[in-house]
Amino acid sequence: MHARSVQPGVSFEYMMWIFTRISGLAMILLAIIGMSGAFILGARTQVDLPTLMRWSFFPNPNHVVNSNIPDVAVGWATAYWQIMQMMIFFFASTHAFNGLRVVLEDFIGQSFLQPLLRGAIFLLWLFSLITAVFVILAS
Amino acid sequence: MAISRKVGFFQGLSYHGGGPMLSWMLHRVTGLGILAFVGLHVISSFFMQQTGSDIAAFINTIYESWVFQIFVAFFVLFHALNGLRIAVLDIWPKMLNYEREALWLQWFIFVPVYGLTVYLLIQRSLVGG
Repeated sequence: MHARSVQPGVSFEYMMWIFTRISGLAMILLAIIGMSGAFILGARTQVDLPTLMRWSFFPNPNHVVNSNIPDVAVGWATAYWQIMQMMIFFFASTHAFNGLRVVLEDFIGQSFLQPLLRGAIFLLWLFSLITAVFVILAS
Repeated sequence: MAISRKVGFFQGLSYHGGGPMLSWMLHRVTGLGILAFVGLHVISSFFMQQTGSDIAAFINTIYESWVFQIFVAFFVLFHALNGLRIAVLDIWPKMLNYEREALWLQWFIFVPVYGLTVYLLIQRSLVGG
């Protein structure tokens, strides 16, 4: 394991450290909003755990279509839920890829692999964001 | 370059870090696990929708089975609760004096919530609902 060197003041590591905390709290809040929305829109019966998780973390009509709820697309394909999906996806993917970067860099340390790794993770993150926005807006 | 620890794997396991080390390790493992599960789920859903692939349907069937949900629920619930504890303690650093108490509180919340989830998952699988 390598000690992470962090300069005082605002740095990339510090920004990501702050972002990890804020996005984590935001995801808990967004999951509660998604779950509440599911119950308000008629999920009081017929809900199992996978369904509840689909609703909490990605309330997309294509994602919750197997939920035994009538008119699922009508209730969920609105601008409100599209913005909610985009926010939770942005927070989740950025949080997750940054976490992957932190764990991998703990094992690799300062080496010639680090910029390659950061570039690869950045491209994966960008690709996932573009794909998610396409899926959200197309459904 | 590469892993340059001074201690071996089994030596590291016997390090008496206690509760905080356990939660640190579990936080990393569950975080990477969620990334793997959700990534696999996204990819298999994409191929199921676009090509109707049997392998993708098979992966999603495993993903949604009650046995796998027991693991997924543990990963998500533990990561969320432990992350909440870390964020709260980092926002109010004075509370770091009570880290062990916070860990105990976290387990006191986690065990009943997760226990009820597992109970319901097993009960529903036995009933077949």
